[in-house]
Amino acid sequence: MSNLLDLLVAGLATGAIYALVAVGFTLLWQTSQTINFAQGEFVMLPAFLMLAVMHVGAPFWLAILIGILLSLLLLGLGFKLLLVDPMLRHGVLPLAIATMALAIGMKEAVKQFFSAEASPFPSIVPAGDVSILGRVVSLQSLGVLALAIAVVIGLTMLLNRTSIGHQMQATAQNPTVARIIGVPVERMILMTFLINAFLVALASLLITPIYLAKFSSGEVLGQAAFIAAIVGGFNQVRGAIAGGLLIGVVDNLAAAYVSTQYRAAVPLILLIVIILFRPQGLLGRPEERTV
Amino acid sequence: MRSGIFAGLLLATVSAAAAFAQGGPIKLANVAELSGGGATVGTNWKNGIDLAIEEINAKGGVLGRKLEVTHADSQSNPGVARAQVQKALDNEPYVLLGPGYSGSVKVTSPLAAEAGIAQIMGGEAAELTQGGNKFLFRTSFGQQSSMPKVAKYINDELKAKSVAIVWVNNDFGKGGRDVITKEFAKYNIKVAADISTEAGQADFAADVSKIKAAAPDAVFVYVNEEESARMLKELKRQAITVPLMGETTLVGQKVVELAGDAANGARGHVGLTTDAPVDLVKAFREKFLKKYNYVPDHNGLKGYLAIYMIKATTEKMGKVDAKAFADTLHGLTIKAASEPGILMDVTFDEKGDIDRQGFLVEIVDGKQVVKQVLPKLN
Repeated sequence: MSNLLDLLVAGLATGAIYALVAVGFTLLWQTSQTINFAQGEFVMLPAFLMLAVMHVGAPFWLAILIGILLSLLLLGLGFKLLLVDPMLRHGVLPLAIATMALAIGMKEAVKQFFSAEASPFPSIVPAGDVSILGRVVSLQSLGVLALAIAVVIGLTMLLNRTSIGHQMQATAQNPTVARIIGVPVERMILMTFLINAFLVALASLLITPIYLAKFSSGEVLGQAAFIAAIVGGFNQVRGAIAGGLLIGVVDNLAAAYVSTQYRAAVPLILLIVIILFRPQGLLGRPEERTV
Repeated sequence: MRSGIFAGLLLATVSAAAAFAQGGPIKLANVAELSGGGATVGTNWKNGIDLAIEEINAKGGVLGRKLEVTHADSQSNPGVARAQVQKALDNEPYVLLGPGYSGSVKVTSPLAAEAGIAQIMGGEAAELTQGGNKFLFRTSFGQQSSMPKVAKYINDELKAKSVAIVWVNNDFGKGGRDVITKEFAKYNIKVAADISTEAGQADFAADVSKIKAAAPDAVFVYVNEEESARMLKELKRQAITVPLMGETTLVGQKVVELAGDAANGARGHVGLTTDAPVDLVKAFREKFLKKYNYVPDHNGLKGYLAIYMIKATTEKMGKVDAKAFADTLHGLTIKAASEPGILMDVTFDEKGDIDRQGFLVEIVDGKQVVKQVLPKLN
């Protein structure tokens, strides 16, 4: 039982990070039909941007700030203007393939400019432990979980309780009608790209101290978040959150109670089951499209 | 007259070509893990090679000929390693260097043996030198040499009665796990948990939870460098306080750099360390640090030693003869007094295994501290 508690805490902490990345998937899909297969690399890059800033002597807090700003610029604005806008008019598939190419390009560029070796990355959560229900739990796990949940709650409030959030939702549901009633659709779409950039930068900040900064570290994360988004519901933010947490927990339980070798297969099996029996995802809504 | 000039020119051309072939550079081929999970291994190995070649060439080369090396990236993938080694052998190198991963060595060593080219590699799996391959040579201890020392230390010094074994599911990890399990049986040490992990694994939370549930007296960690660092961080995160024991891959410089404070207290047996209390090793460390601006792990030493093995063996033969190289190196003892680049006296047996002094180290305040020096056996 105590082991189960440890696994749940660790799984939720990892799952919360998956959720941040998965939310980005759903936001981009809802507002611009973009499936970003470079999302994992989007998580990898901000850590290297922060390391580069620290390398020139800046303190960690400043590196975080500049890293987030650069992420907004490159992974938000730059991604939309230079890749999504020109490619989207050719359809969803060419854009998806273009993001795959982007993923390879980002990995190789980081390998070229930094190194193929892993680098350490400082943690924003201090080291130490606390006792919960008689179990020793690390502050890092709790900090990651708390911060990720706070961001998810903040995002949900932004979407549901503010005018901008309502306009973004209107853009996601029907951009034509939204435009007619005066919603600045283009600005709202850009906003989702910037939010996605912020989320991946935050995920990078939280996960890199654990996974280490490495050019290939986005592969696992991107795949996990993609599965999480589909399992939870690709067209619902709350679905992505639930999917992220679920995949994090399932992955940890599978590693402990099934086997390490098959741990990667368990979320995929879950994905297949969801697609067969509830294609819209656990919390997603069915979508009908005309051809 | 004209035919005489022509014959003279032809003779001169042939003589010049022969002289060039005799005095041209000695070509070496290195296939290593320059990217992928083993990038730390391959990069250190490559840098050690380059440093040694630079030194030797600056002093006139080997038997008056410069050394020249080509580097190829195995991407830490045995399939790619095999293709790269085949490509390298097609260029008929004098000696093949690498790879560092045991799995890659396993699939490439038959190719080098078939070509009759000596292969000096970094793999440590016990089985590599047990198959009768006469062309394969280690640069560090095999598991059959190191694991008995680790088990003895766990029994005698740590007094552990139960140990959790964490190993990576590849040739290196499986080999180490099999040897250490047999050694534990000799001391009646119980294996409290037998945990297999994957190469390149990022998340060790579940594995550490299993260790926690097994409540062992000590943990033996036998995974590659980057995974070792992640494992150490997770062990600290989950407040595991029992002694952590491993081999070179747990207490290497890169692991300490990556794991930070989490590496403190980890202990291990290392065949090679830049913190060894040996003057020549200290001098190597300084030279490496000056050239690359970081302190290498044992793989940097391995790459460096591989080149000086080639130098010493070739000078012993008195000629550059790829076919005779392996025969000469078998049974050869290279003394640091006569060849300082070899750093410590070393003997190669008939299987290509080595005998050299080793060290038991502990990480204290982010640095390797040598606790015991284990002497050369013969």
